[in-house]
Amino acid sequence: MTVTSYTERSSRKIDEVDGLSVPWSPPAPKRKGVSARMISAITILVVLAVWALSARLQLVSPVFLPSPAAVWNKFFVVVRDGFVDATLLQHAVASLGRVFAALVAAILVGVPVGLAIGISTVGRGIFDPLLEFLRPIPPLAYLPLVIIWFGIGEPSKILVIAIAMLAPVALSTASGVRGVSQERINAARSLGATRAQVVRHVILPSALPSILTGLRIALGAGWSTLVAAELVAATRGLGFMIQSAAQFLVTDVVVMGILVIAAIAFVLEFTIRRIERVLVPWAGRE
Amino acid sequence: MPHLVLDKISIHYDGQPAPAVERVSITVARDDFVVLVGRSGCGKTSLLNVAAGLVAPARGTASIGGRPITGPGSDRAVVFQNDALFPWLTARENVAFALRLRGVRPSERARRADRLLDLVKLGDAGDKRIWELSGGMRQRVGLARALAAEPQFLLLDEPLGALDALTRERMQTTLLDLWTASHAGVLMVTHGIEEALVLATRVVVLAPGPGRVVRTFEPGFSRRYASGEPIRAIKADPAFAAARGELTDAIFEGEAA
Repeated sequence: MTVTSYTERSSRKIDEVDGLSVPWSPPAPKRKGVSARMISAITILVVLAVWALSARLQLVSPVFLPSPAAVWNKFFVVVRDGFVDATLLQHAVASLGRVFAALVAAILVGVPVGLAIGISTVGRGIFDPLLEFLRPIPPLAYLPLVIIWFGIGEPSKILVIAIAMLAPVALSTASGVRGVSQERINAARSLGATRAQVVRHVILPSALPSILTGLRIALGAGWSTLVAAELVAATRGLGFMIQSAAQFLVTDVVVMGILVIAAIAFVLEFTIRRIERVLVPWAGRE
Repeated sequence: MPHLVLDKISIHYDGQPAPAVERVSITVARDDFVVLVGRSGCGKTSLLNVAAGLVAPARGTASIGGRPITGPGSDRAVVFQNDALFPWLTARENVAFALRLRGVRPSERARRADRLLDLVKLGDAGDKRIWELSGGMRQRVGLARALAAEPQFLLLDEPLGALDALTRERMQTTLLDLWTASHAGVLMVTHGIEEALVLATRVVVLAPGPGRVVRTFEPGFSRRYASGEPIRAIKADPAFAAARGELTDAIFEGEAA
C-alpha cells in the first residue's frame, strides 16, 4: 500500500519538528532485494505499457481505448478549455464541495448517534437497526427516493453522499466509545467527574482516533458515491463530466476523469492520515 | 477525623454461585496505611472497589465519617495498576484534571499541578506527553493526579504491580513520602509481601473461598521510616526477615503445599 508507506516516511519529519525522542512507529524491517513499493511501481509501469502498446497496435478501436498520450493531452485541454461548459478545476471544486458538505452533515449526525450507541442501551436499541438497514444499500438504490422526496437540487446530491457517509462515521464512533478503558472512566469518576464530564473529557477524546478513522472511511465511501449523486440534473462535477463524456463517446475524457477521481481520493486519504498524526499522536502507542 | 469504614461487607457477583467476600470489616483512619494481601480470589480488589464506590456490596455498609458510600467521589482518589492516564493531555494537565473539573483557573491549577509534580520528583516533566514517560514516571503522575483532588483517602490497587523490581523498590519510599505529605489515609492492595511490610501501618491478610480476614499485622516499619530511619537499614533488620516469614506463612496458611 503506497499510502501507508508514504505516511510512515512523512511521520519521521513530524518527529523531527516536534523534537520527540520516541519514534512514531517502529521502523520497517530492512529487507534485501525488491521492496513491495518497487513491485508496485513496476506493476503500474507494466499496466501503462500494455495500455500504450494495445492502443498503438490498434488492438482495440481508439473510440473504446484511447492511448495514454491522448488521455494525458486531454487532461491539459480540459484544464484549459473545459468540457461541457466548465473547466476541470470547476468540475473538481463542485464535486469536492458536495463531498465536504456531506461530510460535515455526516459528522453532525453520525458522531452524536455513534456516541448514543456506544454509551446507552436505549441509543443502541434505536440506532443500531436503522444503521444496519442503511449500511448495505447501494446509493443508486435510494437515489430515486431521495429525488422524489427532495427534488433534483443540490440538497439531494449532498444527501445521497451524506447517507453513504453516515454509517461509517456513526459505527466508528460507537466502536471507539465502547473501546474506552473502564479504568480510565473509573479514574475520572473518582476524581470527581460527573457523567457529562466523563463523556466530554474522557470518552470523546479516547474515541477520537476511532472517529478519525471513521471519517477517512466515510470520505472514501462518499467519494465513490459521487458519480451516482451527480447522475441527476447536475451541470458540474467530475461524475457529471464523465457521464456527459460517455454519452458522446468521448472516451479519453472518461478515462481522464476516472484517473482524476482516483488521484483526488489518494490525496484525500493522504491528507486525513496526516491530520490523524497531528490530532491523535498517541494513537497506537499507549 | 473521619474514618473510612467497611462494615461486615459481603460481595456477591451476578452469576457466581458463592460470594466473593463474606463479612469483612476494615477501618482506615486518616493516618493509617492499610495494606490488603492474600492469594488470588480472596476479594481484595473487590473490597477496594467497594470503598471506591465502583462495586455495591450485597450486604454490609461502606462509609466515610458516617456518610454511606454510594458511588465514586473525590474524597477518595483511586490509583490503578495500569496508570489510566489521559494520553491527550500532558503530565501537568493530567495532574490538574480534578482541578479542571472543578473550574479552578488555569494559572492556579498549573501552579498546584507543578507543586504536586515536584512532590513526586517529576518537577521538570510537566510538559511531557504520557507516552514519553517510563512506567514508574507514569505511575507517579497517576499518584500526583490522585492527590490533586485533595482526597481524604487514597485507594491504591496494586499501584506498583506493573513496574520492574528496581523501580518498585524506589516507588515504595515515594509512596511513604506521599502518605506523610498528603495526610490522606491509604487503603492499598498488593501482591508484594515485602511491599506490604515496608508500607503498612496495618496488614490485613485475606483468604479466598469466600474472601475473609484471617489475620492482621501491625508491622510498624513504615513509622520507623517516617521517623527518619533509612529504608535499606529497615529491610536489613532481622526483625524484618522474621516478619516476612510470619506474613508469608499467614498468606499461605491452609493451602496444600
